[in-house]
Amino acid sequence: MKTVEEIKAAIVAAVPGAEVTIVPNPSPSAQTSLLIDPAHAFAIAEFLRDDEDLALDFLSNVTGVDWLDKEIAEKVKVTRQVEKPVEGGEPGQVQIVDETVEETHKHVEPGYLEAVYHLFSIAKKHGPVVLRMRTPNRTDKVELPSFTPVWRSAEFQEREVFDLFGIVFTGHPDLRRILMWDEFKDHPMRRDYVEPDDFEYEPTAHDEVLKRAQEHKAEVAAGEVEP
Amino acid sequence: MAVDEKLKIELGKQGIVVTTIQELYNWGRRSSVWPMQFGLACCAIEMIATTMARYDMARFGSEVFRPSPRQADLMIISGTVTKKMAQQVVRLYNQMAEPRYVIAMGACAISGGPFKQGYNVLKGIDRYIPVDVHIPGCPPRPEALIQALITLQEKIDVQPLTGEERPRHLDAEAQGEFPVPVFGEHDLEPASNKGVWTVPKIIQ
Repeated sequence: MKTVEEIKAAIVAAVPGAEVTIVPNPSPSAQTSLLIDPAHAFAIAEFLRDDEDLALDFLSNVTGVDWLDKEIAEKVKVTRQVEKPVEGGEPGQVQIVDETVEETHKHVEPGYLEAVYHLFSIAKKHGPVVLRMRTPNRTDKVELPSFTPVWRSAEFQEREVFDLFGIVFTGHPDLRRILMWDEFKDHPMRRDYVEPDDFEYEPTAHDEVLKRAQEHKAEVAAGEVEP
Repeated sequence: MAVDEKLKIELGKQGIVVTTIQELYNWGRRSSVWPMQFGLACCAIEMIATTMARYDMARFGSEVFRPSPRQADLMIISGTVTKKMAQQVVRLYNQMAEPRYVIAMGACAISGGPFKQGYNVLKGIDRYIPVDVHIPGCPPRPEALIQALITLQEKIDVQPLTGEERPRHLDAEAQGEFPVPVFGEHDLEPASNKGVWTVPKIIQ
């Protein structure tokens, strides 16, 4: 099979304007993936399926990943000019000295939702090729193109990703919840999902459950919820 | 009315059977507890094994699994009850004719079990319907299910036909229909039936 770099080159040659980024995977599996831009994703998918060398005719798996907003703290050395009193000089006499200070800069990297596709070729007996697509953010711009018209096996799995992560697949023929009920409003696999407080706390709670048990106890004490 | 045990045995030796209506009635009921034919998860496999030749639940009069709730006396909750399935389970229980009994089989049916922290799992079916016998285990062995059935039979055996302790089907005032929970935006509503279930107190 072609290497990831070769596949990237083939995509860029076949689909004009497509943006493809290689996302390395340092783990032993070394399944390096391709991050593709949603605008050209559909054309890329059709190319991967129909290309004679790749012939990726089988979509085995679709899954989602939730990446929260990340606060990144960077330490930067900054040189500033500082006024300092002259040693041994008269009081009030100052001189300007260069001083190197370490400053921490914080910036928030916005989070996004990601859909991951694993492709294999049954005709050529090779794979997987891993594709990723990212939404602009995790709140209102959560649309990604659906691959169901290209690979039929995406239908149920994209519905599952929609149900549990809240990614809206445009062009999907039947985008409904598949596991949770239709009236359900949340997306349970998102990392900021708050579970209903229907837990029956055991006397030996520990870790996460202990934390929840204590929160529950405080809420009951404040009269906010029923015991 | 109780019959003196020694006198009963003595009369039995002479070929005379002495009994009470209550005893006869309960003997008849407890010897033909027909379970409903439905399984929810892996515990159902053990339930099937219990009915087969090796464990042979027929010895206790429970071999006839009825596919209709109208003809069943016993509901064996064999497996995880998801929140999406809870409605159906309560509805099936409502469709059963009195007298009816429930065995909650396995860790999931009694408390949510290994999936207790899941967002989609009901933390015990006893939140919506009254459960007569709980069996722990993951899954419980067929012997445990037979033990549960014998426990249920013992429970039926001592039920008086009159008075405060009489079973639900002889009490016109008793609650017969249990409210089916509805799908809410975040959880089932209500999260439990306060009439049958209260939050257990933690003793520390």
